[in-house]
Amino acid sequence: MIVLSAKIAHSGVTATEPFLARCTDNSELPRALAKKQFLVLHDNSPAPPGFLGYLSFGQDARGPVGSQLVSAPVTVSHLSEGDVIRINPAKSEIRVLYRRGSNQNYLLVTERCNNYCVMCSQPPKPANDDYIMDELFELIPLVDPNTVELGITGGEPTLLGERLFSFLRHIRCYLPRTAVHMLSNGRRFQESAFASAFAKAIPKDFMVGIPIYGDEANLHDFVVQAHGAFDETVLGILNLKRFGVRVEIRVVLQKGVVERLPEIAEFIRRNLLFVDRVALMGLETIGFARANIDQIWADPIDYGDQLKKAVVKLDSARIRTSIYNHQLCVLPKELWRFSVKSISDWKNEYLDACRVCTRLGDCGGVFSSSPFRLSRGIKPFLEPIHSFVDNRVVPVGVAEPLLSDGCLSGVPAGRGS
Amino acid sequence: MHTPHQALADRSPFKGKFSGPSAFVDKLQAYRLLPFDFERLDGDRYFLTNMAGEFVLASRPELQQIVDCSLSPVDRLYAELKAKHFIESGNSLAAPELLAVKVRTKADFIRRFTALHMFVVTLRCDHSCQYCQVSRQSEDRIAFDMSKDTAAAALDFTFKSPSPQIKIEFQGGESLLNFDLIRFIVEEAEARNSICGKDLQFVAASNLVPLSDEILSFAEGRPFYFSTSLDGPRDLHNRNRPRPGGDSHNFARTGIKRVRDRLGIARVSALMTTTADSLARATDIVDEYLDAGFTGLFLRPLSPYGFAIKTRQYYNYQVDQWLEFYKSALSYIIRLNESGVRFQEYYTALILRKMLTPHPTGYVDLQNPSGIGISAIVFNYNGKVFASDEARMLAEMDDERFALGNLTQNTYEEIMLSPNLVDPIQVSVLESVPMCSDCAFRPYCGSDPVFHYATTGDFVGHKKFSPFCRRHMGMFKHIIGLMESSASTRELFEAWAWN
Repeated sequence: MIVLSAKIAHSGVTATEPFLARCTDNSELPRALAKKQFLVLHDNSPAPPGFLGYLSFGQDARGPVGSQLVSAPVTVSHLSEGDVIRINPAKSEIRVLYRRGSNQNYLLVTERCNNYCVMCSQPPKPANDDYIMDELFELIPLVDPNTVELGITGGEPTLLGERLFSFLRHIRCYLPRTAVHMLSNGRRFQESAFASAFAKAIPKDFMVGIPIYGDEANLHDFVVQAHGAFDETVLGILNLKRFGVRVEIRVVLQKGVVERLPEIAEFIRRNLLFVDRVALMGLETIGFARANIDQIWADPIDYGDQLKKAVVKLDSARIRTSIYNHQLCVLPKELWRFSVKSISDWKNEYLDACRVCTRLGDCGGVFSSSPFRLSRGIKPFLEPIHSFVDNRVVPVGVAEPLLSDGCLSGVPAGRGS
Repeated sequence: MHTPHQALADRSPFKGKFSGPSAFVDKLQAYRLLPFDFERLDGDRYFLTNMAGEFVLASRPELQQIVDCSLSPVDRLYAELKAKHFIESGNSLAAPELLAVKVRTKADFIRRFTALHMFVVTLRCDHSCQYCQVSRQSEDRIAFDMSKDTAAAALDFTFKSPSPQIKIEFQGGESLLNFDLIRFIVEEAEARNSICGKDLQFVAASNLVPLSDEILSFAEGRPFYFSTSLDGPRDLHNRNRPRPGGDSHNFARTGIKRVRDRLGIARVSALMTTTADSLARATDIVDEYLDAGFTGLFLRPLSPYGFAIKTRQYYNYQVDQWLEFYKSALSYIIRLNESGVRFQEYYTALILRKMLTPHPTGYVDLQNPSGIGISAIVFNYNGKVFASDEARMLAEMDDERFALGNLTQNTYEEIMLSPNLVDPIQVSVLESVPMCSDCAFRPYCGSDPVFHYATTGDFVGHKKFSPFCRRHMGMFKHIIGLMESSASTRELFEAWAWN
C-alpha cells in the first residue's frame, strides 16, 4: 500500500494557506522552471538554490538556507518527478494529489451525493465543499500532459452542475491526450438539457461509469436508498447515449443484487445493449460497506454460478464485460478471461497466504482495506503454469486501461486550513 | 428466481439512517398495465407478449390477477413483469421510454430501407425443377437475357436506396449462364460505390453447373458469394431438380467444394426447397447438410406456387405435414447439438432472435410491415420491377398484381410509390389486420401480402384459414414449448438467438 498523506516538518515556508506544487528530481533545471517546482531530495542528492522548495525525507529538512524546506516521513519517499503535492503549512500536512507513475489517478470533485448507497466506500458529506474544485482547477495544469488516464469521482460529480462542465473543458484544454473516466449515479442526466451540455463539455476520450443495481426499481432504489433513482438513472443513460457519450454500467456485487444478477444482465442486454461496457465489481469493504457488512456481504464462492450466468448473457450479446476486484482463486475458471487486474496500485495488497501462489502475477489481489471481510475461498495456486497451456489470464482491460474502483487520490479530508 | 423482496428478506435489519428493502417495495395495487397481448399456450399456461416481443408465461389465475391489478409486489411474477415492461408503477417515464426504444430498434429495418436488390440476369436454365415457375430451356439469349442498358438502369435504381448496405443478388434462370453481364454489373456497381461508399455485396444464386475457374478468379478478392440449392440426398435432390444429363446433386456438391477450396468456406451457402417428397426425409436432409460440411440449414416451407395458385387452394393438411417435418428435423438437430455437434436450424434461429433479443431481423418474408419492395426488390430480365421474387413468379402465371413498373419507363419515385406496392404493405400491417392485431405472437410474425393474395386473392386473407398463420403459430408454440421444458434446449436456443 502506498501512503498518500503524512505529517511534515517545515521551515521557511512563506504561505499560510495550503498550496500545490509539482515535484521534480532534476536538480539541474533552469531557473525558469526550478522556481515553480519542489526539488525532491533523495539520500545525499545535491540541493542547488533556486527551487520553489525542497522536500526531503527522514529527520532533518535539507536544502539551501532561507528556502522553503519540507521534511516528510519516508512513507512518502516514493514521491518523484512529475508528482503533484499539496502542502498545508498550518496543519503541517502533505498530501499527494497526483502520481505521474500511476495509471490510477482519481480526482474527488465533491463529497456531496444524492444517493446514499448501503455499500458506499466513500460516504457522502453534505457540507459545501466548493474549495475542492478551486484546488483541482489549479492541479490540472500541473498534471503531466502525457498522462494516459485520469478518473473523476465523488460524491456525485453532476451535483456541481456548470462547474463540472468548466472543469471537464479545463481538462480537455490542458490534457488533450488523456482519457477521462468519471463515476456518476447518472440521475441528473435524465434532464436532456443537462446531458446535452455535458456531452459538449467532455474530453475527447471519455467514459462515464454508472451503477445499476436491479432489473427494476425496487431493488435498485433500496441499494442506493433513494426513491425514484432507478428510473432517473435509466433515463440518464438513454440521454447520454443519445448525445453520444460512452457509458459503462457498473454493478457492485452484494447480497440482494447477486441473487438477481442473471436478471440484471438480461435487462441490460435487452434494454441497454448500446452501452459500451459492463463492469461487475467486487465489494470494497470500507465506509458504509463496513458498517452494513452483515447485511450486504456476499461471498464470491457462493455467487460463482450467478456470476457465470450473467457473464454468459452479456458476453453472448457482445457487450464488453469485465470482472473487477476478484481474486482468481474465488472465480470459476471460465470467468478468468473476464477478470481484470484492477485494484489501484496504492490500495492493492496480497495476503501472506498468497505469497506462494503461482498465479499472483495475474491476480486482481485484495483491497488493502478488505482483510476486514475476505472470501472463504482464498487459497494459493501451487501448480506451476506451463506456458504451452494457454490458460493464463488475459486481462481484458489491457488495450484500454481503465480506472476501476471508486478510489481517489488526495482526499481532501476537510476544509483546508 | 428471487424477487428483490425475497432476496433481501432473510437478513438482519439495517440500522441508523438506512431503510430496509421493504421501504422500497411498491405499494399494493399501485401498478398500471402497459400494452400487452396474451394467448393460451396449452392447458393452464398463458403466453404474454409486450410490443417489443418480450414474453412472460403465467397461469390463468395469475393472468387474472395481473389484469385485475391485484398481483402482490412480492409475487414471483411481479419483478419479472416490471423488468420486462408489462406493468409500471410510480410516475416515471422510464418504462415507456425503454419500451419505445425497443420497439424502434425492432422496426429499424424500415428506416434502413431496401438492401436486397435482385437482378434476374437471365431466365435460361438447364434445370427443369418441379417447383420453378420461371426458367426457360432456351438458347435464345436475346429473348431471355437482361441487356446492359437494363442492368445500368437497375444500378441507377439500386444506388438510389438510402440503405447503407447494398446486396446485389443475381437470380435466374441460372444466373451464371449470363456471367458476362454479371461481370459488367459488378464492375459498374464497384465504380459507383467508390463514390457512395456503401457496404456492397454480391451473391450469385446458382446451381453451380456453369461454375468455372474464370468465375472463381473474378469472385476472388471481392465480396462475391455463391448461394446454391441443395434439396437433400442425391435421390431426392435429383428428383426435385432434373436436368439433361442428370445428377444435379453432383454438380452442387462439387461446386460447393470448388468455391470453398478457392475462396473459403464462408463464400458459399445452400438452400433447400421442401417438396412433397421431402416430408418423410427430415433426418436424411439434415445428414446431407452435415455431410456437405455445413453448420446449419434453413427448413423452408412448401412453396405454394404452381398448382396451389392456379386453384387458389392450399390445404391446411399440407401445413400440418410440413410442421411434422419441421418438428422432426428440429428434434434431430437438437439431439445433434446435445451430442456435441454444432448445427443450427436458421428458420428457428431467426424466430428466436425475435423472441430473445432486441435485434431486428433481416428476413424479408417475416417482417411487419411486409418487406416487399422496402426490404427487397426484383429487377426482371426485361426491365420490369417486382415487389418480391414470389411476385415475379406470380407474374409468370399471368398475374401482375405486384408489378411496380418498368426501369426504362418509370422513375424511382413512381416505382416505390406504386399503388401495387403501397396498398398491399399498408393494408397488411399486422396491427390493423383482423386476428393479428390482438395476437400474442404478432411481435414474432410477419406480413406476407403476396402469399395471401396468391392463395386467397386478398392481401390479408382470413387468418383462420391462412396456411401462413397456421405454420407460424405452430412454429412459435413448438419453439416456446421446447424452450420452457428443457434447460439445455433453452441454453442452445439462447446461443442461436444471439449468434
